[in-house]
Amino acid sequence: MSARAKSRVNDFVIRLANVNGTGSASANTLLMKAIFRMGVPVIGKNFFPSNIQGLPTWYEVRVSKDMYLARSGNVDVMVAMNAQTYQKDLKEVSPGGALIYDSTWPRDRALSRSDITIFGIPLARMCNEHFSNARARILMKNMAYVGALAALLEIDMDVIKGLVEEMFASKTKLIPANMEAIELGANYVREHFEHPLAMRVEPLNKTAGHIMVDGNTAAALGCVYAGATVGAWYPITPSTTIMDGFKSFSERFRVNKDSGERDYCIIQAEDELAAIGIVLGAAWNGARAFTPTSGPGLSLMSEFLGFGYFAELPAVLFDVQRVGPSTGMPTRTQQADVLAAAYASHGDTRHVVLFPANPNECFELTVNAFDLADRLQTPVIVLLDLDIGMNDWMCNELKWDESYRPDRGKVLDAEGVEKIEKFYRYLDSDGDGIPYRTYPGVHPKGAYFVRGSGHNKYGAYTEESDEYQEVVDRLNRKWHTAATLVPSPVIQRSKKKTGIAIVSVGSCDYAVLEAIDKLSAKGIHLNYMRVRAFPFSEEVTDFLEEHEKVFVAEQNRDAQLKSLLTLETSYPKERMESILHYSGLPMTCKCVIEAIEQAEAEGVAA
Amino acid sequence: MTYIAKPKIVHGGLARNALGLTIRDYEGGMSTLCAGCGHDSVTSAIVQAFFELDIPPHRVAKMSGIGCSSKTPAYFLSASHGFNSVHGRMPSVATGAAAANRDLYLLGVSGDGDSLSIGLGQFGHAVRRNLDMCYIIENNGVYGLTKGQFSASADIGSKAKKGEVNQQPPIDAVQMAMALGGTFVARSFSGDKSQLVPLIKAAIKHEGFALIDVLSPCVTFNDHEDSTKSYAYTRQFFHRAVHLDYVAPATEIKIAYDEGDVMPIELHDGSRILLRKVSEAYNVQNRGAAIDYIRAHQRKGEIVTGLLYIDESEPDMHALNRTTATPLADLPYERLCPGAEALNKLQQRFR
Repeated sequence: MSARAKSRVNDFVIRLANVNGTGSASANTLLMKAIFRMGVPVIGKNFFPSNIQGLPTWYEVRVSKDMYLARSGNVDVMVAMNAQTYQKDLKEVSPGGALIYDSTWPRDRALSRSDITIFGIPLARMCNEHFSNARARILMKNMAYVGALAALLEIDMDVIKGLVEEMFASKTKLIPANMEAIELGANYVREHFEHPLAMRVEPLNKTAGHIMVDGNTAAALGCVYAGATVGAWYPITPSTTIMDGFKSFSERFRVNKDSGERDYCIIQAEDELAAIGIVLGAAWNGARAFTPTSGPGLSLMSEFLGFGYFAELPAVLFDVQRVGPSTGMPTRTQQADVLAAAYASHGDTRHVVLFPANPNECFELTVNAFDLADRLQTPVIVLLDLDIGMNDWMCNELKWDESYRPDRGKVLDAEGVEKIEKFYRYLDSDGDGIPYRTYPGVHPKGAYFVRGSGHNKYGAYTEESDEYQEVVDRLNRKWHTAATLVPSPVIQRSKKKTGIAIVSVGSCDYAVLEAIDKLSAKGIHLNYMRVRAFPFSEEVTDFLEEHEKVFVAEQNRDAQLKSLLTLETSYPKERMESILHYSGLPMTCKCVIEAIEQAEAEGVAA
Repeated sequence: MTYIAKPKIVHGGLARNALGLTIRDYEGGMSTLCAGCGHDSVTSAIVQAFFELDIPPHRVAKMSGIGCSSKTPAYFLSASHGFNSVHGRMPSVATGAAAANRDLYLLGVSGDGDSLSIGLGQFGHAVRRNLDMCYIIENNGVYGLTKGQFSASADIGSKAKKGEVNQQPPIDAVQMAMALGGTFVARSFSGDKSQLVPLIKAAIKHEGFALIDVLSPCVTFNDHEDSTKSYAYTRQFFHRAVHLDYVAPATEIKIAYDEGDVMPIELHDGSRILLRKVSEAYNVQNRGAAIDYIRAHQRKGEIVTGLLYIDESEPDMHALNRTTATPLADLPYERLCPGAEALNKLQQRFR
């Protein structure tokens, strides 16, 4: 075994190429979870089509003892189960890697490579011989390749068995058949091939205190824990599982066991225009309300977002970004709604935007978003993306602080209204730009008119220039207050002093962190700031100012984060250089490394 | 400025309702609509209805979209909470308001442009959801604020002020609401306050979506000869199918009537409505027959008014959702948060 090969223990990427609708998803999750339970850091990325059955789909599992949880950009083990994409899949394997294919059918001899190891396993034939039911024959092929991989990669069979038992806890009859299929694959490998591979799994203890969860589920939990009671939505990929999650957690925690009555109300609206209207109507009345959507929905909600900004109503909107423009690629990931979210709607509007980078932050920043929306009386947009939202991420266990109480902001209750002579909705009594509000029905003196038309500080309709300007200037003061309240950026400083930095956002995080490590080994040192909110706080500007050059890594074509930094900070744009990744697949550390190396080389040459 | 505060003058002799309030307490700012606008009559009917129902004004959320009709919430119930939303989107705001606080009285005022063009989808879905609210369309067949374009309720052959003839079929809010499962569907005329006030009262008390399509002529842009939404035309062709009286809960019915003539219907809060058929052929509880009747009269150019359909048995949005009785906005946080231990337990499945 060579030194290079040796280094591949707990450090490689498996890609599984399948046809969608054939039941491969549960087999792939099983594979990933088995590695996780062996204590080895792992992450799974699903590249799936906007389709229900018959199109190519890939699942990528990265095993990383160093906790590098982005895509590496390589494929070390390919499981090529889809004849349609075989040629392409074969090409993608990194030299020295391995490919497994179903040898039931002959391969085109022209399609071969000498720099990788190829394993032909007659998965279909074995399953056809072993199982009589037609559907089982298809499903069990997936389990059989999990078994083959288990033998090749030395994945603990007991761990797999335990997981299979959990998977079929409610249908225990299915356990033996699934285990048989796994054994079929494993035995074939044991009998026919030298195993395990150089790339293999060895038990570690690096996953204790961690979970594997997708960001949408974590955001849904955030809504429950923040005390949200009204959820309105229109189904759209990739945001749908936020409401699925909220529904299932609410059914578990918020239904009266005796009466069956619900402490929540979920409304599937006729469209996104209505979904955001429902949220504003509920928030006006004092409920915490939210809507999950994606880019096209954000476009539709823009008019009401401007209303929420001007009439000063809280709302929490999740935009789980997918590839645009237009319908784009609904099942692929991108960060291309940054500007659309920040400036949604006509007129002078700006919105508070939060950028979680992993499921932990999806949970925490969701709670934060509800507090900020109430405190600032304005819509808050939580900008996830498909990669965070729908893929299973290894992350820290979610923790809950029992002392948390929602910050409902400046709300006058009946007693509060009683004390004042007359209530005016838009007065800046505290100098922070945030007025006081009342909920309908609470007190006769608390009534006011919510309107998107011009109004003065007393809440009355106006077309007087001075009165109008006074209100929009005060909204600007509130915006400055917002910059002091939003989550700070996460800053990591290089051990060596450096004048270069990298700035990124959201799901770029792991790719950037890994790139920084690897570049540092090559003598390129970078400080790092991950922006977590708009408006930009002082810390963001200060960090930029410290550096003579800043790389901005993001997942869109038009450098939207860089544009936002250009517009909203005084940092000169000539000193910012973009690293852009917008293929629709999650960013790789490779793309970051290559961009910076190239730029540095050019810099030296110049 | 289109908002003028109205001086509040209370005469000693003004009648007081059960809350000790006078009708002045239910009024709003001075209307800035054109003199003679039908909408102002609807405003006055709303004021009357809420006054007579003894509803505390601050327990009412009055909502609207955009347009002349949508300006009117500023002209009534100044002590109520108002929400002037974006064009055609008031039903969604009302839905959210109802979701958060099921104890409020929701009153929506909209127009034919707001509900039947830009807001057709939201209007239809609020009906379908059986949202518990009173929804008034002030229908004049024309866009007033943008100066006289036809709306979707304009009749075929109706002529605009500048001479253009409408050739597209009208969308009828009443027939649409019936087709979509509406549980309280009425039509009235702004010039018929005696019909409108009891209708509004019954609509407020109905548990579910109550539509009143009120023909409310636009004196500036659609009150001329050859308009089918003018005062003259409406007065000539409106046809009362059913007469309605509203009787408050625990009130003895004093009106003399022959049995068989009058049909009492009990509403959820114990109040009753008494329906007196003007036309023998009309059945207010048969959706299909009601639509047939309306269509037959429509063919003759007649406008059927009154409470045209009612069904008190259908569940409203909250009944369908099985929402808890306490308004969601009033639930204490402690009841909503599952706590740290539940979170730990839940995460077993993520390992």
